[in-house]
Parts: sequence; C-alpha cells; structure tokens
Amino acid sequence: MAARGIADSRINVVQGSRRARLTMRTIGIGYLLLLLVIPVITVFIKAFEDGAANAWETITSPEGMHAFWLTLVMVVVSVPLNTIFGVVCAIVLVRHKFRGKALINSLIDLPFAISPVVVGLALMLVFNQRDGWFGPWLADHGIRVLFSPIGMIFATVFVSMPFVVREVVPVLQEIGDDQEQAARTLGANGWQTFWRITLPSIRWGVTYGVVLSTARALGEFGAVAVVSGKISGVTETLPLYVSKQYETFNVSGAYAAAVLLALLGLATLFAMNLIERGGRKRDQAITNTGHTPGTGLSRGEETR
Amino acid sequence: MSIVVNSVTKRFGDFVALDNVNLEVRDGSLTALLGPSGSGKSTLLRVIAGLEQPDTGTVVMNGQDVTRVPVQDRGVGFCFQHYAAFKHMTVRDNVAFGLKIRKRPKAEIEKRVRELLELVHLEGFIDRYPGQLSGGQRQRMALARALAVEPKVLLLDEPFGALDAKVREELRAWLRRLHDEVHVTTIFVTHDQEEAMDVAEQIVVMNEGRIEQAGAPRELYEHPKTEFVMSFVGPVNRLGYEFVRPHDLEIGHVPKQGAIEAMIERIVHLGFEVRVELSPAEGDRLWAQLTRQQAEELELAENQIVYVRPARKKVFDENGPRTEELLPA
Repeated sequence: MAARGIADSRINVVQGSRRARLTMRTIGIGYLLLLLVIPVITVFIKAFEDGAANAWETITSPEGMHAFWLTLVMVVVSVPLNTIFGVVCAIVLVRHKFRGKALINSLIDLPFAISPVVVGLALMLVFNQRDGWFGPWLADHGIRVLFSPIGMIFATVFVSMPFVVREVVPVLQEIGDDQEQAARTLGANGWQTFWRITLPSIRWGVTYGVVLSTARALGEFGAVAVVSGKISGVTETLPLYVSKQYETFNVSGAYAAAVLLALLGLATLFAMNLIERGGRKRDQAITNTGHTPGTGLSRGEETR
Repeated sequence: MSIVVNSVTKRFGDFVALDNVNLEVRDGSLTALLGPSGSGKSTLLRVIAGLEQPDTGTVVMNGQDVTRVPVQDRGVGFCFQHYAAFKHMTVRDNVAFGLKIRKRPKAEIEKRVRELLELVHLEGFIDRYPGQLSGGQRQRMALARALAVEPKVLLLDEPFGALDAKVREELRAWLRRLHDEVHVTTIFVTHDQEEAMDVAEQIVVMNEGRIEQAGAPRELYEHPKTEFVMSFVGPVNRLGYEFVRPHDLEIGHVPKQGAIEAMIERIVHLGFEVRVELSPAEGDRLWAQLTRQQAEELELAENQIVYVRPARKKVFDENGPRTEELLPA
C-alpha cells in the first residue's frame, strides 16, 4: 500500500492536477491539428474540387508521370549513397581518433544549418559551364551537371546527408566496442565484424536515418529548384511540378500532385512503422522476457 | 603455450600505462595479474591479446614474436568484464561464432557447441538470447565462446568483476576446475587479492605500470619484496618502517620486552575470526586478528589496557626487505 501511495504521488508530480493535464493535452493536440492535420486535409479536399478528372489528368500527363518517376530516381540514388556514407562516417567519428574530428563532426550538420537555396547556388558556382571550378572540364568530357538529373542528385544528396550519421552515431556510442573486439579475438576480420556484429547492432538507427533521408529526398525543393532549371518533362521532380501547376493556375492539379507527393511520404512512414513494429517485437522477445526463476540473476549484477 | 613479454611500454597521451614491463608465463599455467585500478594490468592483458599495440617492446608466444600479428590471427580467447555477448544472437550462435568464421562444417559446429555448453553447464539455454541470461550465465557463455576456437591462451579481463560476491565465488572454483580439465595457458586480471590467491598458481602484482613482484601466492604473502606488495596482498599494520600482519600481533595482559601499551577500542566477532581494534599510547591505530578460541582464552573486553607486540614483522628500509621474528620467550 505504501508503495502504491508513492507511485501515485509521483504521477501527480509529473502530470499535475486534472485541469493542468487537460490544458496540456488541449495545447498539444490543438497545435498539431492547426499546423499539421488541417492543412493536409485541405490539400486532399482541394485536389478533387474541380472533379477527379482534372486531378487524374494532371497526375497522368506525360510531365506529371515524368516528375513522379524522376522523384523516385532521386530517392533511389541519393538514399543508398547517404546510407553508405552515413554509416561509414558514423563509424569513423565514433571508433577512430584523429585530428580535426570535432571539425568534421560539426561540418556534417552544415546541410541542416544552411538554406537549401544557398546549397543550390553553391552548386551553380562550382559546376556552371562557363567559369565554375569543375564545370568547363566536365563539359569538355560531355558531362552536364547543371540543369540535368546529375546536379539534382548532388543537391538532394547534400541536403539529406546528415540524417543517417546523426541517427547512427548515438547508437554506436551506446553499444560500445566490446562486441566488435570480442569478434576480432574470435578470428573475424574487419569486414566480417562489420557485417555480423556492427550492422545488426545499429540496424534501428540506420532504418530511421533511411526513412528520414527518403522523406527529405522526396520533398526537396529549394536546392533542386535552383540547379534543375525546372525544365518540364526533363528536370522536374514532383515538388517542382506541384509548384509549376500552381503558378500556371491549375490549382486543383497542383493539389492533386501534392496529394501524390504526400502519399509517397506517408507510405515511407508507414513502411517504417511496419518494419519497426515487426522488428522491435522480435527484439523484445529476445531481451525483455525477463529471466526464468532459479537462474541465479541477483541484485548487483551487471545486466548490459 | 608459453608467453614472454619483453620490455613493453605503452602510453596513452601523457599517461604511462605500461613502463618497461617484463613477464614470463609458463605453458599451461594459471596466472593472475593483480593490482589497483590504473596499475596497467588490463592494458598488459590487452597487449598480450593484440587488442593494443605496445609503443616499444615485444610479445613472444611459443618462441615466436607476435607483436605485429593482428588480434584475429593470434589464437587467443578473450573474456571481457562486461561479457561482450553478441546480443542479437542466441547462445548457440554466440558460441558458434568463431567456428563459423573458420567455416567449419555445420555438423561439427553443432557438436562442438553442445560439448562446450555442457562444459559450462548451459546445455538448457542453447536457444536463449543473452538478454535472457543472468550475469554469471552470460560470463560462462562468453567463456564457452572463447574456448570454442581452441585458443592456445585464455585471457580474462576482470571476468567476475561485475558479479555479486556469491556468484563470483562459485565461478572462481569453477574456473579452477575448468583449468584442470582444459589445461590452456590462462591469464586473468583482478583487483581482488583474495580472488588472485584463491585461483592462481602465479600472481603478478602490478602498480603504476610496473611489475612489483611475481611469484606463487604464498611466496608473495610471506616474502613480499616491496611495501606495496606487502600491503596489497593482505591486511597490514604499519609501525614506521615495520609492517605487521594482523594475525602476527600478539596480545598479552602483562608488559613484555618490545611490547607496546594499547587500549582495546572495539572487538568484532566474525564467526571463527575475531578482530580487535587497538589504540596504542602513541602511534597509529592497529588491529589484530585472533581466532575465537584465542580471544576467549585472553578474556578480552573493550576499554581494556593490553600489551601488544609483533611476533613477526617485515622491515623495508635501506638494507632491503627482511623478516624479523621474535624468538619464543
């Protein structure tokens, strides 16, 4: 009974009185409704205002379909690049000691810190064919970076770079390197240790980083807008397409394309949820079934 | 496999973890590296394993210089203080890890895993995950995992450090029996002198990156070469340059030559052992260790004035370490 009393008072400390609780809930949910749910629902409603026919036509037009596929290409190319880079970078940052580590560590957040438009302009400076650093040389070799999907991929990779690193670093720090060292003493080389020990241990961090990168790659507008030149049917991704439809007064078409874009994002989140739920359930079965009586687990023992 | 460590030095920044260490370990022996934290004992173990590279010096195994041989090729079994269990694998897969890396046939792996789990008494836990085991079980699993690849050397870094006292004692006894059965050259690190005395054939006492003394447990206890060893391998009273073990303090009711006057401050009964805390007329506090029978015969009581003298003492002065014994009166 005494223990129960303590538990109750602790709940009160955190949540306060009933009125305070209700107020907090109202603020939290109201904020979400106002800024997130209502705008998204309006988009869905608006999309079909001029009838489904127009919506369908906007999406299935050759430019619309091209934008859809180009967006997928952006994701399919940039996400694996960032995943591989992110995991390697996280391992280097956590497991290696070297000069300038702090600098690299803060550089990784640069894409978050600077506006995507600035990223786009920077790429313009580097790759333009007249006086960019690499532009003329690449042009001589027949490679066009600006106003082509290559430049757009650069831009997308740049803006979504930090996600995997930032998700994986804390996981690596938490698990420590004991298991990796144990694998080495058992005869595993670096590659085997990575595939059999490190990667399975960080898989949730990687998964989450991949989902965030995907969402960002799907929706990137600013940087891609600058380097793509927005050529319909050539360098137009879905976000650019939405914007162009809106600017050319096909408002319901713009909303229809926006719905498609939103659905892609939702599908990503949904997939993540599915994977996570399945995986975590299995993990919980592994770690949290407690111990069977009589196995000698006692107070004071390390349970890492 | 015999191990020889030749003038190994290892620095971490400004900190000297190992300072010109020389050590020899006989084939098939059971050795303890004993010392306080920061004495370099774990670093020495990790240098032997190949988990750390020494700045200078060499490690020789069976007459072969292995200093530059990477850890995965040294054929050592290593157990970590916190077990380093592979959390995403079952007990079976944990133990089989080294064998799978060596691409042994499946049937052979399964057979070997079962043998080893029997050896560490975990037969019934083969399909469990480490999260479902107690600390002691996890450490035994880690031992089985290390033994699976038939290492020529078994290295244990504070293997029982994270376990509670009772489990620790059980595992100690079990490790000794295991060593009798498997006969693999074993080195373990500990900061617990009792554990070292209990388990090891040879104890290497380390302090501040150096080896203070190496020898059999009894030799270290009876003939410590330095004050540090004297006070680290057992309890001690200090009288200037002289050191006396609490069980070498004689208590009497009449003044004798060489005896000092002291008052009994406290008497602690610990079953067979009785501890008597004494406050001498001058100098630091002392304590004496008596058997229950001795204490009863002397009819000791708190606040009593008694006369104590060392029956046997160690002197560490400019003439070197020596033992002085009182002739029976």
